Amino acid sequence: MAETAAAIPKSAPRARAAGPRLGPAAEVVCIVALALIASAILFSLFLLVIGASPITFFQLVWLGGFGTAFSFQNTLQRAAPLILTGLAFAIPARIGLTMIGAEGALVIGGFASAAIAIPLVTSGAPPVLTLAIMASAAMIAGGLWTALAGWLRHARGVNETISSLLLTYIAIAIMFFFVEGALRDPGSANRPSTLPIGRETMIGDIPGTSVHWGLLVGIALAGALWVLMSRTTFGFAARLTGGNPRAALAQGLPVGTLIVACAAIAGACAGLAGFFEVAAVHGQANAALVAGYGFTGILVAFLARQNPLAVVPVAILFGALAAAGGLVQRRMDLPDASVLVLQGIIFVVLLASETLYGRAKIFRPAEEGR
Amino acid sequence: MDAFADTALFTLLVAMLGGAIRVSTPFMFVALGECLTEKSGRINLGLEGNLVLGAMIAYAISFHTGSPWTGVLAAGLSGLFLGAIHGYVCKLPRVNDIAVGIAMMAFGTGLAFYLGKPYIQPSAPRLEAIPLGEWTGIPSLAQALAINPLFFVGIALAVGMSWFFRNTRMGLVVRTTGDSAPAAKAMGVSVDLVRFLATAAGGFLAGVGGSFLSLSYPGSWNEGLSSGQGLMAVALVIFARWDPIRCVWAALLFGAAGAIGPAMQAIGVTQGFYFFNAAPYILTLLIMASSARSRFSGRDAPGELSIVK
Repeated sequence: MAETAAAIPKSAPRARAAGPRLGPAAEVVCIVALALIASAILFSLFLLVIGASPITFFQLVWLGGFGTAFSFQNTLQRAAPLILTGLAFAIPARIGLTMIGAEGALVIGGFASAAIAIPLVTSGAPPVLTLAIMASAAMIAGGLWTALAGWLRHARGVNETISSLLLTYIAIAIMFFFVEGALRDPGSANRPSTLPIGRETMIGDIPGTSVHWGLLVGIALAGALWVLMSRTTFGFAARLTGGNPRAALAQGLPVGTLIVACAAIAGACAGLAGFFEVAAVHGQANAALVAGYGFTGILVAFLARQNPLAVVPVAILFGALAAAGGLVQRRMDLPDASVLVLQGIIFVVLLASETLYGRAKIFRPAEEGR
Repeated sequence: MDAFADTALFTLLVAMLGGAIRVSTPFMFVALGECLTEKSGRINLGLEGNLVLGAMIAYAISFHTGSPWTGVLAAGLSGLFLGAIHGYVCKLPRVNDIAVGIAMMAFGTGLAFYLGKPYIQPSAPRLEAIPLGEWTGIPSLAQALAINPLFFVGIALAVGMSWFFRNTRMGLVVRTTGDSAPAAKAMGVSVDLVRFLATAAGGFLAGVGGSFLSLSYPGSWNEGLSSGQGLMAVALVIFARWDPIRCVWAALLFGAAGAIGPAMQAIGVTQGFYFFNAAPYILTLLIMASSARSRFSGRDAPGELSIVK
């Protein structure tokens, strides 16, 4: 990256930071809040049409997501993979890639970690070494998987949105091919799975809670990636490429390398989510890995406006929604897919709200007033 | 002939022929819908949602009314509804049509799963196939040639759409809107209106494609009914270079790839079932990698399209 650093004028980031920064931030918060309120109203109308009470619904979501210590821990447990898959969408988005393949990278990463664990566990390797190898395998597998979509984009001009989704289906097929074939544990009769890694190898919970370590790793990674994207030459070059690829090329930036690198970081994040699903939740790879975390992560990243730090609270919000799903199902007799409907409404309204940016005068910095 | 009819190769080919015709029908409808939308210069990645919602609505309406064709119509209307939302939201300034497509995919499938819970168990009247292979006297061939009328509707539609684009004023307006919005404006055409109508109509076709999934093949409603066919159709349109007739051929090719897995099962090869099932995705990826930047693709692509830039 040395030649890249030389190509960028040193004053460029500072010049952007000079203006008042509260204005745009307040605008983002206001518009996102407005979008969430509008979604809640639309979903309430939907509930009223089908004869359910919106008030009960939101009370139950609060109760099931944050109401008790138990439910909050359940929320955090579900937020952990969402932080990682949210990052997996947000990082490539900064360089202008719309990659929706986190689900596939999660599955292939989780599967790779479970597969590599089989010889290690049977030969009695120490748990710490096994876990380290498993995590590396998951990140490498996931990273290579999405790097392929990034490379296809750069080298062949293949639309990355479509290719990353196709790779997701291929990843799921690969996992089932092995889990129901060569790597199937004969003991798993009803639900074909790989050999369990065993309780002594599995990552425990954060002491004093029932939340696994994936949450803290996710938060730390969100912080690290924020620094990478906002405070380093690499991040600046990536954002410049996202804003104007031709200008980046003209500046002599290694656009191809940047694109593939951002795609690989995304896959590594999602692969890590798969690793935690295997090493902390299920103990083996099976159909439970295909749980839709990758797809919810897209929505998380959009709501966080592709900011790695904002991904964390948004992921917790959606973790709460998922955690409350069971309670809503039992108490109100609504199918668990009602959460999917709510997510879909939030998603569409949120994207429609993009049109509001720059319209209200009060958010504009004084110098820029046109 | 009779000796050949008993061989495994014959069974495989017949199973693939029948499979290609069956599997290609939903591809054809979604691809034609996407083709119409993209010709107007907008992309709709959310047709997967239309497909799933259409499948669910068609099954439910067919169950309640006893008429599968009413179900097909209702499926089209549900697709029209989703397409209209997509068309309206994308009309707003500063809104990204690819992202909205992903959101509509989530919304459409979520709505279908929600509304479809009560219809997983009951069985609804299905669309009757036309037996075209009785004369051969070979049961397996007769079964493969029992073709659903929607297949022929799709082909007629492709021919009609091709004629529409080439020979009508409306077709010219749609093509101009897709190639150059300023030129369309200079003609006095409302670009937003044309794109809105093209997106809504494209959504209608994708909904009809969904009805085939639940009312003909596989022929029942469940949540795993569609696995990316709606998105593969978008890739298919690029491969077909925005030509309705070529969309039909491409749909048949994709259908044949999708039929490999079940056809191998028919001759008793169960090993690698999941591998063969992944064939259509791998094929799509290879086709996109080889065709995305070809000379022809650049020439035939609508100029306003964000996905080929």
